[in-house]
Amino acid sequence: MTPVLKRSQLPTFSYADEPTPGENLPILPGHVSPGRLERVLRAGHFAVTTEIAPPDSADPEEVYARAKLFDGYVDAMNATDGSGAHCHMSSVGMCSLLTRKGYAMVMQISCRDRNRIAIQGDVLGAAAMGVCNILCLSGDGVQAGDHPEAKPVFDLDSMTALNTIRTMRDESRFLSGRKLTYPPKVFLGGAANPFAPPFDYRPLRLAKKIAAGAQFVQTQYCFDIGMFKTYMQKVRDLGLHEQVFILLGVGPLASAKTAEWIRNNVAGVHIPDSIINRLKGAQNQKQEGINICIDMINEAREIEGVHGVHIMAYRQEHNVAEIVERSGALEGRTPWHPGMYEANHSATQPTTTEDSTV
Amino acid sequence: MYAMRRWSARHSSTLKALYHQIENLLVKLYPKLEKVGIQKIEKPLMFIEKPAKSFLFDSQSCGQCTLGSTGMSCPMNCPKTIRNGPCGGVRANGKCEVKPEMDCVWVVAWEGTQNLKPEERAIQIVQPMLDWRLKGKSAWLRAAEQKVRELRS
Repeated sequence: MTPVLKRSQLPTFSYADEPTPGENLPILPGHVSPGRLERVLRAGHFAVTTEIAPPDSADPEEVYARAKLFDGYVDAMNATDGSGAHCHMSSVGMCSLLTRKGYAMVMQISCRDRNRIAIQGDVLGAAAMGVCNILCLSGDGVQAGDHPEAKPVFDLDSMTALNTIRTMRDESRFLSGRKLTYPPKVFLGGAANPFAPPFDYRPLRLAKKIAAGAQFVQTQYCFDIGMFKTYMQKVRDLGLHEQVFILLGVGPLASAKTAEWIRNNVAGVHIPDSIINRLKGAQNQKQEGINICIDMINEAREIEGVHGVHIMAYRQEHNVAEIVERSGALEGRTPWHPGMYEANHSATQPTTTEDSTV
Repeated sequence: MYAMRRWSARHSSTLKALYHQIENLLVKLYPKLEKVGIQKIEKPLMFIEKPAKSFLFDSQSCGQCTLGSTGMSCPMNCPKTIRNGPCGGVRANGKCEVKPEMDCVWVVAWEGTQNLKPEERAIQIVQPMLDWRLKGKSAWLRAAEQKVRELRS
């Protein structure tokens, strides 16, 4: 998995066989999915993913407008599944709309709202719609959301969900044993939180997630790079960085006040005093939040075993472009986006397959 | 009982040994139990098993006991019933995201695991999803059943 070449030595990533929107790429040797995210990661590039917030609306145009903000800046977008236990457009719906435009989607599946029958059905539906990446989460508790009176399902947990989808993909069957005529070809991901107790168990839990089927993980927001470095040291000692692609979760904080609110109210997010003081001391706190995020990305790039970043910029989606551009995280690449070849005639779609990932 | 639950994890080594004894006893008695009929044993056994496990672990009687691999901390007390935890929502003080007054079941499980000999620790095994048909049934009997099946095969 580890590329022989350093990232700076890699050939330019070309999109020689980019799809007609809605149609999938061929699956390369050693790959499990026809997706772009798996290609970028396996080729050894530093990947950039982001989170797209589903609207409280049935209008597809709102979805397209939200996705457009990230054009050319991200390798894939996570469609959240009732994040924070709040009701929004479903992740299957989001992914269906956006894969038809050609976007690379990471469909999040939360175990809070659906049992194994519903989840397996959604996996087939999503894969049929062109979803190449699925991220399994246990999900926030219903008490966190706008329907605290709802029945929490939690028939599966994140690990058994991973295991279930891997079974469908690799053994071409449902959990019941019933055969699938065509399995879902998906790259499987999970979440990791290096910033919550029990700290010494967290790297071992990552190992367990890999055993359950995770091929990539995106972490919780990182605001404490020292803590993350300690975690990564243990991850490397266990050799896990060679078994899974790790994308560090980052995001811009809007102000010191927001940061304090998040620290006190969002379980699992760790913000040290130094970050809050840095925001407090800044003339333009919002801009400082972006600077902190960029600093995290640049620190992450230097850590062995970190394969990319996952930018979660809730309500600051319009700042993702600036964060990516100023951090230089893409290292000169321009991820595919709809209209890429029409907009820039110098970047005409190559006809030969010189894809560096082959 | 919550205080008992915490006590059980602190004495995970003793309790795990006790669990082992119960299993061995049931395995030994199994041929006799079979003669009586396993289904007939189920209810009388639960008469002992349920209160004992409720008292020691706040057991929810899921029927598929995994205490041996969770440092004797019952994962069914997790509000998300996560059998492969902990989730990412654990508070900085080790308390549960959903129930802030409760220690995270999996933080306790990790502590309980530390009290076991390294060869007894099984927290790294990915636990399968529950079979909800077994809820309320005897987990001890299921464990003995499985052991007997392994011995006979």
